[in-house]
Amino acid sequence: MKPSIATASHGAVTLLIGTRKGAFTVTSDRTRRTWKLSAPMFLGHIIHHIVADPRDRRTMLMAASTGHLGPTLYRSTNAGRTWKESPAPPAFPKLPESEKGRSVGHTFWLTPCHANEPNAWYAGTSPQGLFRSDDGGITWKPFSSINDDPQYREWMGTVQDGTPDGPKLHSILVDPRDPAHLYFAMSGGGVHESIDGGRTFVPLIKGLNVVEGFEASTVTFHDPHCVRLCPSNPDRLYQQNHCGIYRLDRPSDTWVRIGKNMPKTIGDIGFPMVVHPRNADQAWVFPMDGSTVWPRVSPGGKPAAFTTKNAGKSWTRQDKGFPKSSAWWTVKRQAMTNDTHDPVGLYVGTTQGEIWASRNEGSTWTCIARHLPEIYSVEAVALGR
Amino acid sequence: MTIHIPSALRSYTKQQGEVEAEGRTLADMLSALDQRYPGIRFRIITEQDVIRPHIRIFVNDQQLSHLTTQLQPEDRIYIVCALSGG
Repeated sequence: MKPSIATASHGAVTLLIGTRKGAFTVTSDRTRRTWKLSAPMFLGHIIHHIVADPRDRRTMLMAASTGHLGPTLYRSTNAGRTWKESPAPPAFPKLPESEKGRSVGHTFWLTPCHANEPNAWYAGTSPQGLFRSDDGGITWKPFSSINDDPQYREWMGTVQDGTPDGPKLHSILVDPRDPAHLYFAMSGGGVHESIDGGRTFVPLIKGLNVVEGFEASTVTFHDPHCVRLCPSNPDRLYQQNHCGIYRLDRPSDTWVRIGKNMPKTIGDIGFPMVVHPRNADQAWVFPMDGSTVWPRVSPGGKPAAFTTKNAGKSWTRQDKGFPKSSAWWTVKRQAMTNDTHDPVGLYVGTTQGEIWASRNEGSTWTCIARHLPEIYSVEAVALGR
Repeated sequence: MTIHIPSALRSYTKQQGEVEAEGRTLADMLSALDQRYPGIRFRIITEQDVIRPHIRIFVNDQQLSHLTTQLQPEDRIYIVCALSGG
C-alpha cells in the first residue's frame, strides 16, 4: 500500500502540554494568530505525554505520575473535557521475590497504533518497556518479548546508564503502509525495528556515533533522543541523537550523519526533531550546547531552530522573534512539534515554561504562553478540517 | 479497621480522609481497598509488591515494610506520603 500524502488541515489548533506540575492546553483561533491558555488540569501531577487519537479525533491519553504515587494513565473520550483513570496502566509482570522484577516508574511515550487498528495504542515506559492496549487505553499488557528478553535487558543497561529521571523507551513509530512494521528507540539502548508485528526486533544502529571512548558496536551505549518517520515517505527516518543528527533511507540500514552540515559553532546536539508532514526533505531541530560538560541550553544563549529543506545537505537558522541573547533555553525531546496546516505550524516548549509558535514553518516565532511549569511535552491537534 | 488516606489519594476515596477496609494481612487489606477504590493500590504498591519509594505505611505507630504483615481488626492504618518533592 502506498502512503497517502496527508492533506493540510485547517482551522483551530490545540496544543496538549505536559509539564512537571500538570497538564495545560492552549488553543488558537482559525488563523493561529491568537491563543488561549486553559486552566491547569491535574495540577501538581507530573504529566509526561498527552496524545490525541487521529483515528477518532475524540480519544486522548495522558501519561501521569506524581512525586509520591506510582504511575497512571488518564483517558478522555470527549477531546479532553473529562478524564477517567485507566484501571490497569502499563506494569511489568510480577516475578518471584528471588528474581529481580522491574517496576514501571512512569509511562513516558504514547503512540496510536496503525490506522487499521482502531482503539489500539503503544506505550513506552521508564525503565524501558513496551506495552500495548487494545481497548483504547483502558487496560495495558506487555507487548513483544523485549521487556523480558535477556539480550534486550542487557542492551537496556541499568538505571545508572539512562537519562537523569530514568532510562526510557520512546519514539514508537508505526509504518503507515504496514501495521506489522514498527520502530522504537531507547535512551539508552539504541533504535530497533520489527517487521513481524513486534514478535521480534533487531537493532538499527549502524552509522550512529556514541560518546567518545565507548564502542559503537555495543547497543547499550547508543542514545537516540528522538526518532521521526516521514509521513510522506515512510522509508525515510530522521533522528536527533545524543551524538548528532542523522537520516536513514530504507532499505539501507546505515544512518547518515547529516548534522555534520550544521554550522560548527552550533553543532548537532539536541533533543527534539520534527519532520514536515508533506515534504520528506524538510525537517527541524532545536540545537543545544553539547560542549565541555554538556550544558544543553541554547548555544550562546541565543535560541534558534534550524531547518533543512534538502534532507540534511544544508541547514538554515530560524530565530526571528526569539530573544537575541541571554536566553538559556532547554527544549526536551517531546517538547517540539508541528501541526499539519499549510504552511506548517511549529511549536516549542521550554523548561522555563514558555510556548513559542511559528505559523510559517519557522520563519518567525511568537511566544504564545509563558509562566507555565517546566514543559515536558507538546503535541498539536487540529480540531477542524 | 480504619485506614487514613493522604490527600494525594483522596481522588480515589471521594475525598474521604478515613475509610474502612478489612484484611488479615496488609496485602489483603490493600486488595480490599483496591476493590472498593479501583486503581488505588498501584499508586501505593509496585507490581513487584513493594511499597513505593515515597510512600510509608504505619500500623498504629509501627512502620511496615512487608505486605505479609498480620493485621488486627482494631488496628489503625496510616498511609503517608513521605516528605519529599519540590
